[in-house]
Amino acid sequence: MRETLADLARRLGGLALTMLVVSFLVFLTLEFNVEGVAVKVLGQFSTPDQRQAWLSENGYLDPFAIRYLRWLLDFVRGHWGTSTYYHEDILKLILPRLGASAILAGGGLLVMIPMSLILGVAAGAKEGSALDRSISLVSIITTSIPEFATAVFLSAVFVIGLGWLPGVSTMAAGLSLRELILPVSVLALASTGYIARMTRASMAEVMAQPYIRMARLKGASPARIILAHALRNALITPVTVIMLQIPWILSGVIVVEVFFAYRGFGTLLYQASLNADVYLVEACAMVSVLTVVVSQTIADLIYVRLDPRLSPGGGRHS
Amino acid sequence: MTPAMTPARRLMVLKPSAMIGLFLVAGWLLVAALAPWLAPFDPLTSLTPLASPGTHAPGGGIFWLGTDLLGRDILSRVIYGARPVVGLSVLATSTAYLVGVSAGLAAGYFRGATDAILSFLASVVLSFPVLVLYIVVIVALGASYANVVLAVTFGSAPAIFRIVRAIALDIAGRDYVAASQAQGERAHRILIQDILPNAAPPLLVDFCLRIGYSAITIGALGFLGLGLPPPTPDWGGMVAEGRAMALAFPHLVIFPCLAISSLVVGLSLLADGLNAEGRRG
Repeated sequence: MRETLADLARRLGGLALTMLVVSFLVFLTLEFNVEGVAVKVLGQFSTPDQRQAWLSENGYLDPFAIRYLRWLLDFVRGHWGTSTYYHEDILKLILPRLGASAILAGGGLLVMIPMSLILGVAAGAKEGSALDRSISLVSIITTSIPEFATAVFLSAVFVIGLGWLPGVSTMAAGLSLRELILPVSVLALASTGYIARMTRASMAEVMAQPYIRMARLKGASPARIILAHALRNALITPVTVIMLQIPWILSGVIVVEVFFAYRGFGTLLYQASLNADVYLVEACAMVSVLTVVVSQTIADLIYVRLDPRLSPGGGRHS
Repeated sequence: MTPAMTPARRLMVLKPSAMIGLFLVAGWLLVAALAPWLAPFDPLTSLTPLASPGTHAPGGGIFWLGTDLLGRDILSRVIYGARPVVGLSVLATSTAYLVGVSAGLAAGYFRGATDAILSFLASVVLSFPVLVLYIVVIVALGASYANVVLAVTFGSAPAIFRIVRAIALDIAGRDYVAASQAQGERAHRILIQDILPNAAPPLLVDFCLRIGYSAITIGALGFLGLGLPPPTPDWGGMVAEGRAMALAFPHLVIFPCLAISSLVVGLSLLADGLNAEGRRG
């Protein structure tokens, strides 16, 4: 128990340090474009004097260290500042958008996880079979097509060709499942192949282990070998990989949201970046990094939990 | 398999899917190199706006893939668009490799504080979703060729660093490295002569894959309007421009998407083939 607590404390410390360094680096990077903030707020035709006046009035010209520390203290206390583009409190702006993106990403995961695990296990159970080769080939192709291209292809078929689905997902009339289908499919297609390939490799490795050969020699049916013997060990890697896919899914979410005009976290960051809304960009970057770091910590914890060799007192199953 | 396999022979024994990949990649390289001779029209000249694929051009010739809103020939823009995507993804991947390999070799060989600092920096960069990282860099520095290369280098170097560091850590402990050290060889010679060649085969596969990732990134940045400034023909940018009218004129967006998809699929198939080849040999 004490070990677990110490481990948790160490992880939280590492997380805090990472966030601190990230916030500093992002702040430093955005420093290059402070002039751009005034241009975006005051418009193309503002004079340099007006820009300087606005910058100094809003504290952009104070020394870097002071601005960073002021921002950091405010950020930690939950005062994330006001967006220069949306003219709203950043925290209030981000939370509903995060919710909307969570629905999108959650939907993507809900489709992606069962599909990729089933395909991967099917392919890896009989390495080198025709089924294995076709699943691998389709996986390589789907993961290689950029999200915006998948979105174009799916739209061409289901929106333009068949007319079954709407081409935009603005959710103007509240949450609509029909409008979710295309963005969720694009997200799922982009990552399913990768996770399926990881599952396949892991499954193939387990199937080559002596204890599986032993079970086969004892006359166990293929179904029993896969379900009772192979699956648990084969799933350790994919489950971890799914958590490690979250940064990729987040990147995909940005493209997919922009493509389908979905009002989520991705479009918020996108608008913030187009409009040099530096504090909003900083806040969005912090939220994304937090999401990634937390998901990776969870991946580590799951890995330790699923692989008994890695936990104290383990080793019974292997 | 004989140990002395020349690169050319290795390519000849690739499986069929990898041959298709090689064909696609070589095809796009040729298109990029020969763009001025292959393109039927100038990619920046306005002719007939929004012509459908197959329409005859007023001054002779055919718009095989139609024209865009400004009347520019889409086939010519797709052909010229291969240049920035192919050129920048190769260039950006190479600079990322330069940074990632040097840092990885140093961390794996010297260990200690060098390793600790470099590894921490890598984990900081890796904790960004890539696109967020690119957006931050591009917002700060503006959209240009150089900044796209910088952003991609920044985003890909840490993953390369991790691969090289792991290999260097493993090899630095072997006897022949100790022998070189005992002979008084300098560190950079050991790194380049003893350690780097052993890292080459897995890195070749990764390099192929990563050019594909870079192409996807450059496409995505173009699609978000954060890539190359217009009117440069660039596949992602063409999709961004055509998207508003894509329902009525799908040809505006379909062809650049087919172009980037075939390039990246080709690179992935080739990498997959090289990987299988490496494991067999």
